[in-house]
Amino acid sequence: MSGDVPALVDHLFRRNAARITATLTRVLGADRLDLAEDVVQEAMAKALAQWPFGGIPNDPAAWLFRVARNQAIDRLRRDTNFRTKERAIVDAVTDAFRAREETVGRFSHELEDDDLQMMLMCCDPRLAPESRLALTLKCVCAFGVDEIARALLAKPEAIAQRLVRAKRFLRDNAIELELPSREELPRRLDSLLDVVYLMFNEGYAATAGDDLVRRDLVDEAIRLAEELAGHEETSLPKTHALAALLHLQRARLATRVDAAGDLLLLEEQDRSRWDEDAIAHGLRHFGLAAAGDELTRFHVEAAIAVEHLTQPANWPRILGLYDDLIEIAPSPVVALNRAVAVAMVDGPECGLAVAMTLAPELHDYIPLYSTIGELARRAGNAALAREYFLEGAARARTLPLKRWFEKRGR
Amino acid sequence: MAKYLLLLRGDGHGLDNLSPEEIQNLIGRYSAWRDNLQKTGKYVASDKLRDHQGKVLRKENSKVVVMDGPYTETKEILGGYFAVQADSYDEAIELTKDCPHFDFGSIEIREIEDMRRP
Repeated sequence: MSGDVPALVDHLFRRNAARITATLTRVLGADRLDLAEDVVQEAMAKALAQWPFGGIPNDPAAWLFRVARNQAIDRLRRDTNFRTKERAIVDAVTDAFRAREETVGRFSHELEDDDLQMMLMCCDPRLAPESRLALTLKCVCAFGVDEIARALLAKPEAIAQRLVRAKRFLRDNAIELELPSREELPRRLDSLLDVVYLMFNEGYAATAGDDLVRRDLVDEAIRLAEELAGHEETSLPKTHALAALLHLQRARLATRVDAAGDLLLLEEQDRSRWDEDAIAHGLRHFGLAAAGDELTRFHVEAAIAVEHLTQPANWPRILGLYDDLIEIAPSPVVALNRAVAVAMVDGPECGLAVAMTLAPELHDYIPLYSTIGELARRAGNAALAREYFLEGAARARTLPLKRWFEKRGR
Repeated sequence: MAKYLLLLRGDGHGLDNLSPEEIQNLIGRYSAWRDNLQKTGKYVASDKLRDHQGKVLRKENSKVVVMDGPYTETKEILGGYFAVQADSYDEAIELTKDCPHFDFGSIEIREIEDMRRP
């Protein structure tokens, strides 16, 4: 045997677990999602049992597909409920897998209809946003329950519960897995884009944390945004706007912490270390987002990210964009970010006054404490700054963030 | 240079509920270990034994009796083997030490008798 054992492509198991689940679920229906997941788990387990001894097969993805298909057909044959229409179902599964197998590996970056359908199912607007996110991570990104829990800073039991309830909802409501019509798709797409945005923010909010899986969240969100932007049915301007926003944010990811792993404010960051490649991707999508006449929050947020690329930033223009954003997507979080722009244009006292009006509403939102603390410090109100920094330290859920607050609250 | 047989045992415990990413990482660790054996010319052969089956034959009252097993008798099931080349038990142990299998079970090392060198 030669030494040229094929290496495994990054995330090969994750990608193929997701694809197999998607293909099988489309053929068998949303009520058989559990079977699809079981079969995937069995195929992965079989690879783990055999490959250490036999070596990695020449086409690992095709191997996984073949094993999963056989397991699926075995399971269906054993399932008495399927006896009567067994033949037709087995044929349908075989056909679906044959069609999928032909594309395995070759178009690995293309969003297949099966995957899009799975995303649409997981992002059903009738599910709560946090359920959509958990389900998407499980079924579209093939994260394990523990990984989802770590990424979302939740307990595994809570995530497992959330998934069970979401799947029960899908089963009970017999969600159709057909792609929505062309008229319907743009509306359903909003929910998908929201989940991708949420996924990115969850990963971005504390990537300075100790866990690589949070970086995976950022990567997965970018991948999904790219795939949606590349699929003819979903490549609308708003999809490009989201992709632009995520790329531009990602460009600053590495510079948000210093060598010791402590968080840095935007103006403390080393701009020379911003990711040029990500900025280029972001600007390309930003250009494509300009087509059409729909102005979404993603457009405005991407425009703000673009403004931040230039130094010194044009704060009056950024404030204008925040005013637009408040109009399109009013929320206290947006209002808080706008307060920072107000501070830069009209002085820290004005920004602080705006931010203080939001404090009661946002008392569970940790960035409130960094924002007010920082604005109070700039406005010369050391006591108020200290109060908010220490409160932030008490509430921070990751160590780097806690350290950041403690350092400033001292 | 003698041949050594590495017998990998485990009860499959700790392998449930691994995520696809975790499984891939594990396989990556196994294949890095195996690659290294091959690159250094130490690798001879390896095979996985099928799980959940097997027969044990025994003579009872001058008749051969066949029983399913051996999983009823041993807690640690033989899952597969590797055969490697090594100068000594010490070297065979060195080669085995960084095998990822220790996360899930034990490895027994036995030197294979060389019939050509009695």
